[in-house]
Amino acid sequence: MAKPFNVRVERGQPDEVSVLALEGFVDAHTAPEFERAIQAEVDAGRVRLVVNCRELTYISSAGLGVFMGFVEEVRERGGDIKICGLVPKVQQVFELLGFHKIYELVDDCPAAVRRFAERPSKEARRGLD
Amino acid sequence: MASIERKFTLHVPSSTENLALIREFVTAVGTQAGFTDDEVARLELAVDEACTNVIEHAYGHDITKEVVVRANFDNEELRIDVVDTGRGFNPLALPQPSLEQLVAERRSGGLGMQVIKRIMDQVSYEMIPGQKNELHMVKRIGR
Repeated sequence: MAKPFNVRVERGQPDEVSVLALEGFVDAHTAPEFERAIQAEVDAGRVRLVVNCRELTYISSAGLGVFMGFVEEVRERGGDIKICGLVPKVQQVFELLGFHKIYELVDDCPAAVRRFAERPSKEARRGLD
Repeated sequence: MASIERKFTLHVPSSTENLALIREFVTAVGTQAGFTDDEVARLELAVDEACTNVIEHAYGHDITKEVVVRANFDNEELRIDVVDTGRGFNPLALPQPSLEQLVAERRSGGLGMQVIKRIMDQVSYEMIPGQKNELHMVKRIGR
């Protein structure tokens, strides 16, 4: 059987951005693996995070909880979590719970990486408006 | 046309590993009941959340226990019950903090019941002490 979930971390991006590419599904069974991957980046001082969801087929609140648990800390440290490439089935879950109000959801992943140069964090953007 | 009731039941060991199997079951039943793909995706999520609560809280990850998902539908509605024999607690009575509050408190849980209530048309909880707990969920078809 194929592995139900995989997370690939790419650190070679400009502006010290880490891209975490998710594949498969994130539910209560696989969320801990996603959490460990984000924790490793934060522990390494890498707080500019883009989560690429192009290959993410499903997410439950256990997966959304991983985004919730880290966003305050990374913003306090001058970073952010930006989410890109959501397929419609997964995007409706983010919107159902109002995540689009708290996180920047970007269609295009290279654009999400570039956003860090323009708007480092959603908090910072609020301050500028 | 007379409405024929169809009934389905799934029994699985209480492990998060089986959530994928539970979602497949819900997808199959929801599709047969006539829901759209988007509606089926939301049903799948609601039942996943209910079963995750049972596996993690009612049973405390005890894989020797069993989670039962019962589904039945007619032309009007789909009824799904999640049944366990674990530690009973009424999830509907738990506080429902907003997303902003959860984020501010750096919490990673607390959204499951909110998901269920937003998706289903009716949600109720029944506890028979020492016997079983049932979360009843209803979704009307075609509205």
